Amino acid sequence: MRILVCVKRVPDVGSEVMLTADGQSVDARHVGYTVSNHESSAVELAIRVADATGGSVTLATVGPAESTDQLRHLLGLGCHAATLVEADPTTLGPADVARELAAVVTDHAASGAGYDLVLLGNDAADSGDFQVGIRLAYALGWPVVNGVSTVETADGNVITKNDGPDGEETFSVPLPAVVTVLEGGVEPRYPTLKGRMAAKKVEIETRSLTAQPAGASRVKLVVPPPAPSNVEVLGEGPEAAAAVVDLFEKLGVLR
Amino acid sequence: MILVVVETEAGVASEVSLETLALARSLSQAGGGIAIRALAIGDVGDVSALAATVGAHGASELVHATGDAFDSYGGASWAAAVQAVRAETGSVVVTAAGTPRGNEVVAHLAARLDVPMAANVVAFSGLSPFTVTRQVVGGSALEEMTLGTRPALFTVAGHSWVAEAVDGPAATVREVQPEVAGADLVARVVSTGAKEADESGSLKSASIVVGAGRGAGSADGFGAVDELASLLGGVVGVSRVVTSLGWRPHHEQVGQTGSRIAPDLYVPCGISGAIQHWAGCASSKVIVAVNTDAEAPMVTRATYAVVGDMHEVLPAVNEEIRRRSG
Ligand SMILES: Cc1cc2nc3c(=O)[nH]c(=O)nc-3n(C[C@H](O)[C@H](O)[C@H](O)COP(=O)(O)OP(=O)(O)OC[C@H]3O[C@@H](n4cnc5c(N)ncnc54)[C@H](O)[C@@H]3O)c2cc1C
Ligand SMILES: Nc1ncnc2c1ncn2[C@@H]1O[C@H](COP(=O)(O)O)[C@@H](O)[C@H]1O
Repeated sequence: MRILVCVKRVPDVGSEVMLTADGQSVDARHVGYTVSNHESSAVELAIRVADATGGSVTLATVGPAESTDQLRHLLGLGCHAATLVEADPTTLGPADVARELAAVVTDHAASGAGYDLVLLGNDAADSGDFQVGIRLAYALGWPVVNGVSTVETADGNVITKNDGPDGEETFSVPLPAVVTVLEGGVEPRYPTLKGRMAAKKVEIETRSLTAQPAGASRVKLVVPPPAPSNVEVLGEGPEAAAAVVDLFEKLGVLR
Repeated sequence: MILVVVETEAGVASEVSLETLALARSLSQAGGGIAIRALAIGDVGDVSALAATVGAHGASELVHATGDAFDSYGGASWAAAVQAVRAETGSVVVTAAGTPRGNEVVAHLAARLDVPMAANVVAFSGLSPFTVTRQVVGGSALEEMTLGTRPALFTVAGHSWVAEAVDGPAATVREVQPEVAGADLVARVVSTGAKEADESGSLKSASIVVGAGRGAGSADGFGAVDELASLLGGVVGVSRVVTSLGWRPHHEQVGQTGSRIAPDLYVPCGISGAIQHWAGCASSKVIVAVNTDAEAPMVTRATYAVVGDMHEVLPAVNEEIRRRSG
């Protein structure tokens, strides 16, 4: 089973976000970059399926040259190959990214190294467009399942589980297929020293865009102002316990 | 014409779908009274009750799509129905709730029509060009984005609009049987398990939740948290840091990528109150935060707060509860 996982280099922001002066991107100078939890889970699932089927995992990203940092880290977990489509991320919209990822899939297939399964995150941690995987599936003419927590393969199908509105849903879809992953179903592994050493030797394929990007139609980003505070402080430290329990009594929550 | 895809939960319109209708109403007014149609797909329970609800929230017509294709859910088949109804009604705007299914169906439609889509919109700010504001970076920032093409496709972030009934008459119901191509039926739900024996169900419906975040310190730091929850007859909810570190299971996570809770009382301890966490607990009636940092967003947004170490405050509170209950 040959699996492709699409990952994005994103700012490693916590709760507070800083923006660049032009309001076009998140300023990550102080926080650095990472790969989102959804995509880390996708990589973990891909490695497990590849191990179970004697297959391989290739990574693909569309982004700046520095994305090789994220690719090397993931290669250190046990992925086998990586492709970087070099582009300025501020010029890209989700349709551009999907087109470029589709081009990677078709070109690799044309050179005899096609994929049975493509995994992505459910949504990117920064742009949160909720659509690259679906657009990619349409570009390839493959079926797509979204927001799954586990992935297995059997008899030429990919079987996924996700948390649906009425309970846990199962999909079983013929390969080749696209699947987008939500964090939570698996615990991503850590790199081993041996893995990290091996990752250094992998040659990352670098490509350029196949078409002029259409962009994201972004006017600008803003950080919403904090909400006004009306908090009543009951006290400090353990001495506040009596005030807390008085409040619980007033609220009628004590049994 | 604005087409709103409506989701139902146990036979009634979901809250986020009604919030989406509220945004649609505002958009309709801004556009000089463009009609709003609601679209419901598959088995939605009592259709006339749903027509009354969506009518009360501003829709003049409820289109109900049925057929074998909609026996079980699939993103492509649902999108095929929306696509057919959108074409037949000439809708210039198609919107749905920013739920997993809402985002999925609208993204399918965007791919099929090859037009842009804006996910998790909270407001619109201009009509020409049509400009929307949407949540990015998990809600920590907002993006202003133009949606110049028609139809304009977007989903509406939960809690960004208030679902207020305007007492409109029941929507007229129109039944349709859209054709769905075989290719759109490949990825469909093949089975639905029993609701995970309310692992997160009990959290979502709990009236008392005691929360814990990184401040718990380690997997062993939940003793007083569990005890307070049991003394109050509540359940435990945690931040993503806690589940990411493997201290507690994912089904206990509250927030944008966890459960949304709406308890009468939420007691978040050692949780900073990041926007993604807040997204899941904003509907709590009373929040009593325990945090060492008086400036933490969870403290400033809480109703009440205790500034202090949760490992000292909680045992004292538990002790006091036990003392009073004799
Ligand atoms: C796309 C996306 C989705 C996300 N989804 C979610 C989600 O669903 N749920 C979620 O929770 N997060 C989510 N996050 C993560 C979120 O941004 C925060 O990183 C996370 O909520 C922080 O968890 P925390 O409050 O436990 O930790 P921190 O932010 O590290 O805060 C710890 C708090 O504990 C206090 N503290 C420390 N020690 C003590 C002590 N001894 N006693 C009392 N207080 C103490 C500190 O003052 C601080 O306020 C998401 C992030 C992204 C980017
Ligand atoms: N620039 C990119 N390069 C590679 N994969 C991407 C890129 N952008 C998005 N993706 C993938 O598509 C998923 C959904 O992204 P989005 O539709 O932008 O929210 C992400 O979780 C990634 O797996």
